[in-house]
Amino acid sequence: MATPAVPSGDSSAGTPTETAERPDVKVVSNATCTFCGCVCDDMELTVEGNRIVKARNACVLGKAWFFNHHIEDRPEATIEGRPASYEEAIERAAEILCNAVYPVTYGLSDTTCEAQRVALAITDWIGGTVDTTTSVCHGPSGIAFQEVGEVTCSLGEIKNRADFLVFWGGNPAESHPRHFTRYSLMPKGEFVPNGRKDRTAVLIDVRKTKSAKAVDIFLQVKPRSDFELAWAMRALVRGIEPDPSVERKTGVSLEVLRDVVERMKQARFGVILFGMGLTMTRGKHLNSEAVLALARDLNRHTRWTAKPMRGHGNVTGADNVVSWTTGYPFGVNLGRGYPRFNPGEFTTADLLARGEADAALIIASDPMSNFSQPAREHLKRIPVIVLDPKETETSRIATVAFTTATYGINTGGTVYRMDDVPIPLRPAFDSPYRSDYEILKAIEWRVREKQLAASAG
Amino acid sequence: MAETFIIIPGRTSRQGTTLNEGKYTSGYREETGTLQMNPQDMQRLGLQDGDRVRVWNDHGSVVVPCKAARGDELPEGILFISYGDVSSRLMGGDTHGSGMPDSKGFDVFLEPVGQSTDAKDAVAGP
Repeated sequence: MATPAVPSGDSSAGTPTETAERPDVKVVSNATCTFCGCVCDDMELTVEGNRIVKARNACVLGKAWFFNHHIEDRPEATIEGRPASYEEAIERAAEILCNAVYPVTYGLSDTTCEAQRVALAITDWIGGTVDTTTSVCHGPSGIAFQEVGEVTCSLGEIKNRADFLVFWGGNPAESHPRHFTRYSLMPKGEFVPNGRKDRTAVLIDVRKTKSAKAVDIFLQVKPRSDFELAWAMRALVRGIEPDPSVERKTGVSLEVLRDVVERMKQARFGVILFGMGLTMTRGKHLNSEAVLALARDLNRHTRWTAKPMRGHGNVTGADNVVSWTTGYPFGVNLGRGYPRFNPGEFTTADLLARGEADAALIIASDPMSNFSQPAREHLKRIPVIVLDPKETETSRIATVAFTTATYGINTGGTVYRMDDVPIPLRPAFDSPYRSDYEILKAIEWRVREKQLAASAG
Repeated sequence: MAETFIIIPGRTSRQGTTLNEGKYTSGYREETGTLQMNPQDMQRLGLQDGDRVRVWNDHGSVVVPCKAARGDELPEGILFISYGDVSSRLMGGDTHGSGMPDSKGFDVFLEPVGQSTDAKDAVAGP
């Protein structure tokens, strides 16, 4: 059986160095945190044995990520809950996938692009459906991009140029703690030399979260009225007076809205950074469309962009890999030998809730904890293969479960930051467990052996 | 007497840190199994921090402890809970053709429950 080598990250800038005083301690410079979509690549990790004991530059979430991903004493693989050899588990996984009629591959946002490519290849070989956690994250924004386009930019452009920021439907102070300080609100940039003083910041949200303290203007919008608010702002940008009923609907006065929109039109470089308050609420892709269209409309006056705030460390990589491979970002069926995209039909939440999928390959995700009850019930009924560094509700119900090395901490590879910029990983220490890439490659190999044997026989 | 509320599951800093410590730790379970409410709503319903409430809709039902939200974070009529297993039990399977179930800002009923409640519902919290 093939055991392909794990692709290594570019280690030129991050070669672990021992210190003179403590030769057992190594320091990894310019390491990358893969906990959230910020993918901060300026970590300095101090490693003792198989534990990270210091994570300089990491935020509170990054520290929790680095300090809690040490080596756990768990079986490398289990079959139906009992410890099994790696080879037995690969064999059983390949058997499940080859026998399935309508399998789904899901997860993928917390693994490397290299592993994502192999998962896609497996799905293609077996004619299955591939979907990522994007479908229950910014999937609606993916639909919206197709409808109205995306006026986009990198986080570097925001840092160096943006003098007006609108955070909408998100709470970066808690979900992306370094976004404010490293990329958007605080940093001094080429055209905003005074940092925070050169920027105007607005927060639009239902809750007055911790992020409200960081901004200049807080617009508390009523629940489920983001679309109406964005549409009213679009009208104002175009010089059209919105119907006064929008005040009652959104809870935001037209006087305040006019003032904010006028300021937005005066900005030199503005950006709307929107979160799942838009995509997870009724309206979903229409909410994202409204905000993207607002950014587009503002370009009649000055430079504006809009970016989704992405959650998982490589969810953006998943979008990129699935898009460059199939032409679509998520929810792609390969059963006919060519890609078909249809959210609602080929998205995992639907495939499971409707009881359609007859097998699942889940990589680094826990749908048993965060899918709807009908979806969870169905997942319990079908054979499931799970790859995860941690024990989860999904690994507990898995037919075949692999304990994996943690990406970014134990394995190299590539991830994409939330602005579609690829970042190399610089692992801190080795794991006795295999990487997602290596396990998936072995499954792919065995699936192909079985398929070729069947076609020859 | 049950009242209608709008619930918003979402991320918190503690949800993120305890998630890394493990989904079976008491910290994670407490964070994702505690409902935050507007203080005036709690006062009206005679609730104090730690009192248990039943929250339900057509899709599921949970019994969780509640606590007052910080300052003026939550308007009246709005509930918040850290995103996780408990919040997802109230989520429906229908995505309206989008792939995304209604996961934030959906309607639920809420009523206080006594300590002796024999909850057949999913019971969460510490």
